[in-house]
Amino acid sequence: MNSLVVNDISASYGGTRVLGPLSLSVVPGEKVAVVGRSGAGKSTLLSLLYDEARETGVYMPQDLGLVETLSVFHNVFMGRLDQHPIWYNLANLIHPMKRPTEDISAILETLSMADKIREPAGELSGGQRQRTAVGRALYQQGRILLADEPVSALDEPQAHRVMQALVGQFETAVIALHDVDLALQYTDRVIGIRDGLIALDEPSNRLSPSDLQPLY
Amino acid sequence: MLASRTGRISLLFVAVALACLGVADIAVTTQNPWAELQRLMSGFLTPDFTAVDDLGTAFLRTLSYAFTGVALGAVAGFFLSLVFNSRVVRTFCAFIRAIHEIFWALIFLQCFGIHPLSGVLAIAIPFAGIFAKVYSEIIEESDPLSARVLPWGTGRLARYCFTRIPEAWPHLRTYTAYRLECGLRSSAVLGFIGLPTLGFYLESAFSQGYYSQVGALLILFYLLIATMRFWLRPRLIPVYVLGAPFFLGDGLPIMWGNVTRFFTEDIVPRPLREGEGWEGLQPWLMDILTTEALPGIWNTLILTQIALVATGILALLAFPLISPHFFGPKRRTGGHLLLVIARSTPEYMLAYILLQIWGPSMLPAVVALALHNGGIIGHLIGRMSGEIPMRPNAPVGINRYAYEVVPRVYPPFLAFLFYRWEIIMRETAILGILGITTLGFYVEGAIQEIRLDRAMVLILITALLNIGVDALSRRIRAYLRLKTRPTCEA
Repeated sequence: MNSLVVNDISASYGGTRVLGPLSLSVVPGEKVAVVGRSGAGKSTLLSLLYDEARETGVYMPQDLGLVETLSVFHNVFMGRLDQHPIWYNLANLIHPMKRPTEDISAILETLSMADKIREPAGELSGGQRQRTAVGRALYQQGRILLADEPVSALDEPQAHRVMQALVGQFETAVIALHDVDLALQYTDRVIGIRDGLIALDEPSNRLSPSDLQPLY
Repeated sequence: MLASRTGRISLLFVAVALACLGVADIAVTTQNPWAELQRLMSGFLTPDFTAVDDLGTAFLRTLSYAFTGVALGAVAGFFLSLVFNSRVVRTFCAFIRAIHEIFWALIFLQCFGIHPLSGVLAIAIPFAGIFAKVYSEIIEESDPLSARVLPWGTGRLARYCFTRIPEAWPHLRTYTAYRLECGLRSSAVLGFIGLPTLGFYLESAFSQGYYSQVGALLILFYLLIATMRFWLRPRLIPVYVLGAPFFLGDGLPIMWGNVTRFFTEDIVPRPLREGEGWEGLQPWLMDILTTEALPGIWNTLILTQIALVATGILALLAFPLISPHFFGPKRRTGGHLLLVIARSTPEYMLAYILLQIWGPSMLPAVVALALHNGGIIGHLIGRMSGEIPMRPNAPVGINRYAYEVVPRVYPPFLAFLFYRWEIIMRETAILGILGITTLGFYVEGAIQEIRLDRAMVLILITALLNIGVDALSRRIRAYLRLKTRPTCEA
């Protein structure tokens, strides 16, 4: 499996540069946390990384990308639309079949969402919506996770469960986090972003929460 | 204010309309128009619901034609919307929707005769063109993020069915329900050219002077449209759609020989049919152009421009009737009732009634077009004006109207008006069938003389004129930076 490498990438919004130019490489097996103040450019960086890793990447944007009118089952099922023939996908859109229902129930169980499987995503609370998107990422068969604040709407025990599940499932992960403790606990490398540039890039075990303070 | 872009364009249109008014034939030609109106009013006050057989059939046919036609159009339009980024498909859709339902019906009546197929196709085909355009616009507006997170290698159709369509679903549903209302009006009007829907019974009641029956038919029609949100439940729609084809009636049997002849002989230009070749074609086309098409286009344009400005004026006068900034809830209910009647009566039906009262001239057509379209725009603007927050010390009455409200609703008002420009023109051409010398008059004449080749050329010209006006309207809206929503009935 290849590394994820970007060279001299940058992004502008309305004529103002919001990210870069920066270069970055993530080797297989690495779990990377991206930290920094809101507006520093974390989301833009993840979106660009996803463009790079489009074929093997699993993307969980901050806005989640749920289809509000479809049920939790369907939103999670979407993670494997590429795995099945079209007739199978359409049949499941009309009526969920047994196999995927069992698989998805098992995932939702770990997220304490099993009872919501038939609810439309538009009628869920913020935390439930976020866990639905996590469910979709876990169900998807990709190698590199690119998650943008995947636990920002969850309480602490839930946030730990979700982080464990995510780093457990994906060999390689780049996760934007605003919670410094979570970042240090679940990843082995921390990248700090300030004003669109990399201000810090260190192994997690060499950092303490106070080292990250200047970024905020 | 008048020096602004919107001001100058508005003045230009008013000036053109005034000039048109100078050359238009506007006169009341009946001996005693008020007596006729009185008889109609008394028919409304003493509606006769006892002709139940006829009433029942009239409504059953109107509903089943509308449901079948709109359902077919929606399905076809949906599939067309999937490939709407192809230029060929876009042009094809623009063309089929530029031809009015009645023109389609006139064509199919020649082809299939008085058969349900003629009516259903007449609704389904232009509606498919409209659905394709609006569905694709609605789907285009949905959030692309959910499609972005799908795994690489997800097929196009799966991508569509799981993200774009479910996201756009609520808007697609609202718009389709609105088109069903339009379909009911179209279906009712098809009766005027011989299909067994409401218009047929209305015309026969009128021509026999049974005004109480006219009153009953119209009152039931308004009730049907006003109560739509009660009987048009989402769960019942499959029942209606599947049931409707069984209530279309039999009509006359289709003569397949006629169908073949229609395509292979009737619509082939005469010079080609008679072997005169391309040399014969040119004088033939020139003859149609100078004797029928040009006068028809001229009158259609004149009537359209007058009706457009009259619609605008009426809408600006009518919207305060339902705006909370001007009237209390009780009076607004009255205003709503007036606007509902104005916008649910099809232009063709209104023009027909007014023609009976005032006699043939452009006047009934202008008033009918202005009432119907003014009712629709007035309703939309009135509702929009309710959302304007008003400071506590704002002026009241006419000052409030002129300084606080109209300046704020004027851009959306113009957007709606220009959006309806093409619709008004489509309708203007059709009103020719009632005897006003727009393009429809010459189409109808050619069909009466069984010169279907001429009729086809004239219908083609009408379609091109509509496409032209649509393009011009889009350019003006872009120039004035007006945003229009696809669902004009939001």
